[in-house]
Amino acid sequence: MNTLQSHSEAEIKAWLDEVKDPEIPVLSLNDLGVITGITIQDNGHVRVDMTPTFAGCPAMDVMKSDVEEVLEKRGIADYEVVLSFKTQWNSNMITEKGRKALKDFGLAPPPKHDLIVDIELIERATCPQCNSENTEMKTPFGPALCRSMHYCHNCHQAFEQFKPL
Amino acid sequence: MNTEALKDLLYKIADDQLILGHRNSEWTGFGPLLEEDIAFSSMAQDKVGQSWQLYKILNELGESDPDTVAFMRNAEQFHNCHFVELPNGEYDFSLIRHFLFDTAEYLRFSMLADSSYEPLALLSKKIKGEIKYHKMHADIWIKQLGAATDDSISRLQESLDLAMPYALGIFEASRFDEELKADGIFEGESALMAQWKEQITKIIDQTELQLPDLDALTPQTGGRYGEHTEHLQPLLDEMSEVFKIDPTADW
Repeated sequence: MNTLQSHSEAEIKAWLDEVKDPEIPVLSLNDLGVITGITIQDNGHVRVDMTPTFAGCPAMDVMKSDVEEVLEKRGIADYEVVLSFKTQWNSNMITEKGRKALKDFGLAPPPKHDLIVDIELIERATCPQCNSENTEMKTPFGPALCRSMHYCHNCHQAFEQFKPL
Repeated sequence: MNTEALKDLLYKIADDQLILGHRNSEWTGFGPLLEEDIAFSSMAQDKVGQSWQLYKILNELGESDPDTVAFMRNAEQFHNCHFVELPNGEYDFSLIRHFLFDTAEYLRFSMLADSSYEPLALLSKKIKGEIKYHKMHADIWIKQLGAATDDSISRLQESLDLAMPYALGIFEASRFDEELKADGIFEGESALMAQWKEQITKIIDQTELQLPDLDALTPQTGGRYGEHTEHLQPLLDEMSEVFKIDPTADW
């Protein structure tokens, strides 16, 4: 009778691979690094913890309801998805797979940092098209809160970078 | 913990973020350069989003939900400083306000990241990382235009002189400053102002601009206690126009 225990935390995490960032559809929530915890209680209650990338990111609520949809689709009835700032997101939490997906999508992945984000770091961007470092930041703001805009002097193309945070 | 004091603090910082966020959004489609149009629009989205998160904390403390709080209050129920409600004016004024306010804002959230009230400390840590981009943007432009042409320098100087009494109003003392400090929630407006003076002086000194004698100015206060300029109510009317057509609509 007890089918409640049939799912492991790792299994639930794998299901979430199909949930993508609605603004960057090649990036799963796992690869974005916003899933900060999955716990299953003895009574089968599933709790998924998420942390917002940006406080005002309009995509977070969509991501949350997408996670809920996946849980329901897989037959989990007793669940909660909690968004909190307890574990704080930073761009180093994007996985290697995620960084590659960003680059293939045409977005420069954020430079890795030691949690000190300064102007030198933001200005440093590698062109996702030709891999040149001869690039210039045009503005630290872009079409979404998480992107900055740059220009490549090698291939003469404008490109966007996922901002380091 | 004094909940009344905490709510007063949350309301004033949330209202500052919302109102300046709205003013920033008025640059959408009108920026002097495409990049600046996008910058002010992005900063608007950040600030409005941050106010929403702050209103959510207030909601958990028993206040109405964020939409009701944002859209259904009248001017005298807002606790923002006068500085953020002033019209955008020309770009030079918006840029000076951006620099003076966002420097204070960055320092305020840096202080609040160490607050003893955990929900606010966690959120402030997040906001601080976002506002850092706003501050960087402001510093770059002030340094550049504050030392460029006679025109850019004199326009910025004029705006700086005009803005300063309002900027000092950011730090209007709260009747709860001592309690907040004693509870470890917030170090207080005068501590913040001291840090702010140091920061803005550091940037202004790298330009041809002259910092007015701050001690000789009368700060424009009253906003923290619900007294506002004639500019706030029209802003609120415009901001809430669509919401008020059908407050129960699901967006």
